[in-house]
Amino acid sequence: MNRRTFGKTALSTLALMAVSSRLAFAADWQSILAEAKGQTVYWHAWGGDTKINDFIAFIGAEAKARHGVTLEHVKLASTADAVARVLAERDAGQTTGGAVDLIWINGENFAAMKAQGLLHGPFAPALPNWPLVDTMGKPATVTDFTLPTEGYESPWAMAQFVFEYDSAKLAAPPRTLHELAAWILANPGRFSYPQPPDYLGLTFLKQVLYGVLPDPALLQAPVDPASYDAATAPLWAFLDAIHPALWREAKAFPENEPALGQLLADGEIQISFAFNPGRASAEIAAGNLPDTVRTFVLEGGTIGNASFVAIPFNAAHQAGAQVIANLILDPAIQAAAQDPATLGFQTVLNLAALSPTDRARFDALDLGVATLSPADLGPVLLEPHASWMVKVGEDWVKRYGVTK
Amino acid sequence: MNVAARALGLAPWALRLGLGLPIAAGLAGTLWPALKDHGFQSLTAWPGLPRAVALSLGTGLASTLSALVITFLLIGCLGGTRGFATFRHLLSPLLALPHAAAALGLAFLIAPSGWIARALSPWATGWSDPPDLMILNDPGGLALTAGLVAKEVPFLLLMALAALPQTDAPRRAAIAASLGYGRAMGFVLTTLPPLYARLRLPVFAVLAYGMTNVDMALILGPSLPSTLAVQITAWMAAPGLDHLPTAAAGAVVQLALVGAAMALWRLVEHLTAPLIPALALRGRRGRALDAPLSTLARSLALLIALGLGTGLAGLVVWSFAGLWQFPDALPDSLTLKTWAKAAPDLTATSLTTLGIALAASLAALGLTLATLEAEARSTRPLRLEPLIYLPLILPQIAFLPGLQILALTLGAKGNAATVAAAHLVFVLPYVWLSLAPAYRAWDARIGLTAAAMGVSPARIFWHLRLPMLLAPVLTALAVGVAVSVGQYLPSLMLGGGRVETLTTEAVALASGGNRRLIGAVALMQMALPAMGFGLALALPRLAFANRRGMLAERGPA
Repeated sequence: MNRRTFGKTALSTLALMAVSSRLAFAADWQSILAEAKGQTVYWHAWGGDTKINDFIAFIGAEAKARHGVTLEHVKLASTADAVARVLAERDAGQTTGGAVDLIWINGENFAAMKAQGLLHGPFAPALPNWPLVDTMGKPATVTDFTLPTEGYESPWAMAQFVFEYDSAKLAAPPRTLHELAAWILANPGRFSYPQPPDYLGLTFLKQVLYGVLPDPALLQAPVDPASYDAATAPLWAFLDAIHPALWREAKAFPENEPALGQLLADGEIQISFAFNPGRASAEIAAGNLPDTVRTFVLEGGTIGNASFVAIPFNAAHQAGAQVIANLILDPAIQAAAQDPATLGFQTVLNLAALSPTDRARFDALDLGVATLSPADLGPVLLEPHASWMVKVGEDWVKRYGVTK
Repeated sequence: MNVAARALGLAPWALRLGLGLPIAAGLAGTLWPALKDHGFQSLTAWPGLPRAVALSLGTGLASTLSALVITFLLIGCLGGTRGFATFRHLLSPLLALPHAAAALGLAFLIAPSGWIARALSPWATGWSDPPDLMILNDPGGLALTAGLVAKEVPFLLLMALAALPQTDAPRRAAIAASLGYGRAMGFVLTTLPPLYARLRLPVFAVLAYGMTNVDMALILGPSLPSTLAVQITAWMAAPGLDHLPTAAAGAVVQLALVGAAMALWRLVEHLTAPLIPALALRGRRGRALDAPLSTLARSLALLIALGLGTGLAGLVVWSFAGLWQFPDALPDSLTLKTWAKAAPDLTATSLTTLGIALAASLAALGLTLATLEAEARSTRPLRLEPLIYLPLILPQIAFLPGLQILALTLGAKGNAATVAAAHLVFVLPYVWLSLAPAYRAWDARIGLTAAAMGVSPARIFWHLRLPMLLAPVLTALAVGVAVSVGQYLPSLMLGGGRVETLTTEAVALASGGNRRLIGAVALMQMALPAMGFGLALALPRLAFANRRGMLAERGPA
């Protein structure tokens, strides 16, 4: 991370700490616990992944045992459904007793709810486990696609961009973007990326932007039309250079992350990537990838973001929801989430801030042969402002959307 | 006239409304936003438009023409031989194979890291890594065209075989042969013209499908740009509904393209039709053509049957595969893990799919039977065929967006019932096409005899006609189930992405590339229609175990 982003993050963290001390004064956690006891919290969360669903059920069991809070997972097809529900309730004048207590949220949905005043808060800095969150080392825990969270959502898991390769075929993977480009040119047909506007494909382009921009701090502000062309010229130059040496000479691209992973499994490409440091290990465990596959990151860091929980302004069980948000930050729960056998998500906590017992929980984890340790994962680069993703995606289609 | 009979008189109108209303509303609903919100402006701003249009026309016309020529080649050169009967039996179940599953199987077969390359590597090819060859998703759409041909030949062939008896083919062939014509030449000069005339509507259905399909094009087709239909679907599904007008404008262009292609097809028909009499006047007997052409026909038949069959087998192997790396011809280990893991979801999805299929097929069957019975009791024939073919000829992508908007305005939720209602539009034509010939061919003298003994028309229907037609009725139901199971776009769009059927699941997975799970889903996707056809064959045999004559139309038992 460069100094400017760091400074900005440090500032927002300081601001949060100020908020937190004020709130700690006002909100007595004990009274929240007392109020929460016996409540049923309706957590609206995407329900498309059995591993995640099982994990939410596990949190529910812990919440019941520790705090007497019942957790109901409302399985969503899309987070936007929960946002729409809260919006409909507000339009209908329902300011209390809303159906949604807790939402798994990030990015656009958070921005929309925050802008419309649909969120309860700031609540996150008042959670007893908040000081354990690695807001300095993982600024994505307080910055959601460049939007400061300001305590209106609490993080629960981190995702980070990592490259994957088969160590049996490739001894020393590249360590910088320019080494990667050199490797691609020396090994034609063995690298590709999902076709934008696929999310992972766009993330690769953002990762390239971080590597080629003289001043990546530009990415934290909305796109400036005046300087956009000059700013992105190195990105297009980079792509123009590598495209002839891509898989199928860049005349076809895999559709998305699983399709890219399948190309690695088939040996069609030799370097792949994912937005989940544990994916390769999980695929090895499932027998879909050979156990010689490893992961690597670039010097200077790779893009990462966090998943959050937020509480609607009219939630019927706000106390219970806060208890759940705090429980998710519990070191034991976070260690369970990081265990590849349960979920394999990256923790949001600062391991250095944990007690020796709690740190031991993380040290004891078998992350899987291909997963980098938290130390080796390196710095997490912040997501650029959402407008970059939109504009770069559109321009990609204009430039490369029709094969010559 | 009693109430039941009067209700029966309404059946043809119910059918007209049931098909006509959704189509009209769908077309209107598609056109409207296209005109309203600058849809055409943003459509023409898309740099991929010219190529996408060319791809739609090219893959559609090329695949239809190839499939038709191969069909004629098979019937003309091999029709009536013993090998042909075997081939026909092999092909019939492939009709139940949904397009997406066929495309997935073919994709795994011919990809550079696919089964053929694995079987030949490294001993024959020297490849230890898959070669970087553009076989699938080629910008010119060749892989897509090949996949469409393989899938449409079985359909056209069975349609042609159904129409063949009406052309008096054996006598025509005998006359041609007695005049010294070769088998192929005799077929072209005597049987092809009347056969083609009866095949035109199925051919147009194939053309419309080839130009506008989404499921096969997603899997085998190019992506830079994709075909117009695929891009329209992507616009429809884009978050925020910002691209809805663009999608609508695209659908209008797609509709115009299909219309233009059909007009072009008719024009070529007119231009080439005189060639056949001209050929006859030349008097060439063409006997020398028979040997090479029948070899060609045999090879093509083998290629198609093997391509579809092996592709499917490949998917089955994947669903049981442990680690399976290139260039191993078979997986390292076999495991039930994929099936065990997928079982709960797969069971739920299969039940949803089956429920929708049964609801749509039973409704279609009821409507078809009622309309056919009304026709049988009335004095003049109902001319419903053009309307019934309409859903098959109109590109789905051109009226489904409108239908989706209509469903939303009517307050229909994206649930299984909405999807089943939409399926009815596509299931009805196939149920009708498979039932109507048998229904109309029922010996009316049986009914006349009963009526002469004072039996009411209703009793004749329930106690004579329906039981005697049990076999074709069940077959029609099975066809309906197979068609419903295979529907992709109607399930996706009317279900609002929330109703998961085996086909939406298979196509969604196909984009992800998890072959193990795809194999399992595709197998289930085949199993449901296969079970339907199995029951349709077995039940009449059970019911008429002591009445062999009732099974006579299925040939000697």
